Formats: sequence, structure tokens, C-alpha cells
Amino acid sequence: MGFKDHCFRKSLWVFHFGGASCNNCDIEILDCLTPRHDLERFGILLVGSIRHADVLLVNGSINRRDRDRLLELYRQAPKPILVVAIGACGCTGGIFAEGNTFAGPVDKIIPVDAYIPGCPPKPEAIISGIVKLAGKK
Amino acid sequence: MAVYLFYFLIFPGLLFMAVAGALLSWYDRKITARVQFRKGPPLLQPFYDFFKLLLVKETILPQHGSRSLFLLAPLFGVFGAAMAGLFILLPLFGIETGFRGDIIVIFYLLTLPSFSYILGSLASGNPLAAVGASREMKLIISYELTFMLVVAAVIMKSGQQFDMNSIIETQQTGRPFIGSISGVLLFVAGVFCIQAKLALVPFDMSEAETELASGIYIEYSGPPYAMIKLAKYIMFFILPAFLVAILMNGMNPGINIVWFILKILGVVLLLTLIRNTNPRLKIKQASGFFLIWMNLLVVIAIVLIAFGL
Repeated sequence: MGFKDHCFRKSLWVFHFGGASCNNCDIEILDCLTPRHDLERFGILLVGSIRHADVLLVNGSINRRDRDRLLELYRQAPKPILVVAIGACGCTGGIFAEGNTFAGPVDKIIPVDAYIPGCPPKPEAIISGIVKLAGKK
Repeated sequence: MAVYLFYFLIFPGLLFMAVAGALLSWYDRKITARVQFRKGPPLLQPFYDFFKLLLVKETILPQHGSRSLFLLAPLFGVFGAAMAGLFILLPLFGIETGFRGDIIVIFYLLTLPSFSYILGSLASGNPLAAVGASREMKLIISYELTFMLVVAAVIMKSGQQFDMNSIIETQQTGRPFIGSISGVLLFVAGVFCIQAKLALVPFDMSEAETELASGIYIEYSGPPYAMIKLAKYIMFFILPAFLVAILMNGMNPGINIVWFILKILGVVLLLTLIRNTNPRLKIKQASGFFLIWMNLLVVIAIVLIAFGL
């Protein structure tokens, strides 16, 4: 593992994209950044602009309208970017998988690097997933 | 010639200032974390951030707008910060004596990073960046007058000396300026000016992560953003150093270096605590704060100086 990779996985900046979510995953993601779980000790920051992002967190079921926005975000992100699908809806579609407006789970639209299942996943599960992702590359 | 290049690039120039500033920025983040009962990032976190942006990430250019200005602006910012830092640190470390009037040159060079951010963000053609740039302009108009008055008051207090070296010497032979009432008032105004110059929280309306999604930096990615980070690290070191030089008698040689470092850490601690205990102001409130209250404070200080207090 080179110096570049080391720097990259020590400083993952996260951009959060919520699809048509029921908000539970959003709350759990924000939980990770609060003082109790403190993701900043791994160098993880929440950023407001996709231009600064290294990780794209996607949660919620992706419907036909979200699909275009998600694709646009992925195109605008500076590469390399890691995509993490969070929650049952992000990973597989969950209970919305048969829905009329459902446009496929996240990995049908953009390549996904990590899946964190759960409805919603616990903050510990999200942290464990992100740490494994940081160790993978 | 070579020795000047060494001064500019290695010590006390670009490299030294960048490393010191990055460590101070870690200190700031760590204190913030401790204030919020968190653990905080590791020591080398600012270096990871910088090298990740510089080496790993891709640069995305805006489709509309001026690309060359967009890419050159961060370099202007780094240049301005490094140049100002050089003029501050050379007299401060006693390497060179500077020249007559260098405090005024420093004052102008210190505004260069802010101007370059404005240029770069307006060149990107992003509406949120334009909002951020307009707020930054209003903020500059507000705090520059106060900052200039602080510098003028310090010049007056040192007996009309226009260079850093004499100002520091006046304090080292006599007593530091902060040991008087007018000095304390100047220190308060100076700390708030630095807070606004560094865009720390009560005055961070130009980047406003929650409403403008980092505002003036919104379009920057990869190496240009790394340059902006570098300029910010440098400013994070040289502005407290400037305040220590003009009000708190700078640095004596020998073991007093520890005392100098403690003074810098104290000023940064103050900035961090202000940043952690205050919400963001509206731009109107910030203008009023500087144009009325801070200017009043400095004018009172100048009157006190005229009476020799």
C-alpha cells in the first residue's frame, strides 16, 4: 500500500445522498457524526459539496426521479470516489423493491463499494462498514 | 539570492509555516473535539487531508466561467499568505530586520488570500459561490478598517515606528504593549479581526457549510482545493504570530522560544473557544459589530495611547 492510498483512507470525506428514504437511515448516519460515536477520529468529515467528497453515502429507495440526480451527482464527483449503500432500501430495495416507481437498488445505477444492510443499520454497523471500507483499498 | 529563496521556501517560509499551521489546525480540531466531549482526529490528520487532495483526487473544472482564473486564484492565495508570513516571521525570529514600513506591506499582503478566494469563486460561475463571495466582500469591508486601526494604534504606541523589528524591540526593551489598558483593548479587537480573517465560526458566513455548502470553495476539488487548504494553514499560523509580535513582545532567543510557542497556542486556544461557543452571525450583524463596536474600542484605545496609558 502506497503513501497515496494511506492518505486517502485516513481522510475520507463523506457526502450524504438521501433518496426516497423514511428518514431512519438519515438519523442513524447523523448519529455516527455526533460526539458519542465520533467518526472524526478516523478522519471522516461530513462535507456539503460533492466536489470535496471521497465517499458517497446513499440511503433510501431510489425512485425514478432520484435516479437522475444520483447519476448526476456521481458524474460530478471527483474520482476516485467510494459509494456506500446504506440500509435495506439502498442495498436491495427492501419493501419497495416491487414498487411502481422504484428504479432499482443503488448498484444497478452506479457501482457500489460497500453495502451496510439493516432497517435501519445501527451506528456501530455503519462505523464498522466504513472502517472495513477504509481498510480494503 | 539563494539565501532569500531558502528564506521564502524553507525556513521561515512556505514549508515551515505550512507544517506549523497544519499542526495548529490539528490543535484547533482537537480542542473543538474535546469541547464537545469527543476524541478528535489523529495528529497527522491535516497532512492526510492535504496530501489526499493534492495527490489522489481529480480536479473538476467548471463548465461555465473562467478556468485559468479559477485555477490561478488558489496559487495567489498561497503566495500572499507565504509572503506576508515571511515579512512577519523574519523580524520575529530576528533573522533579518525588515525595512521601514514593512508593517503596512504585511497589512496589504494579509488581505491577498481573501481577495483570491473571491476571485476564484466568482470565476467558477456557481451561484452559491457568488453568494459566498459577496458575503466575503462585505466582511472584508467591515473588518479591514478595524484591523488597520489596530495596526495604526500599535504604530502610535511604539512611538511612530513603521517596521516590525522596531516595534518588537520597543516592547522587549520596555514592556509588552498588552500590559496596559489600551493594549488589552487592542488585543480584543485584534482577536476578533483574526477570527474574521480566518473565517472561523461567528464570521464564517462566506463558507457557511449548512446553507451555502462551503460557499466560496464549493467548486474546488483536488489540487486547487489543496492549495486553498495550504493557504488556510499558513494563515492559521501567521495571524496569531502577527498578533504576538505586535502586542505581546514577540520572541526572545534561547529558552524563551517555549514561551513564544505557549503564547501562540494561547491565542489559538482563544480563537477556538470563541468559535466553539458562538453561532454564526448574519452578515449585517457582523458589519455592525466591526464598524460600530470594534472601531469604537480601537478609537478608545488610541485616545488612551495619546494620554500615555
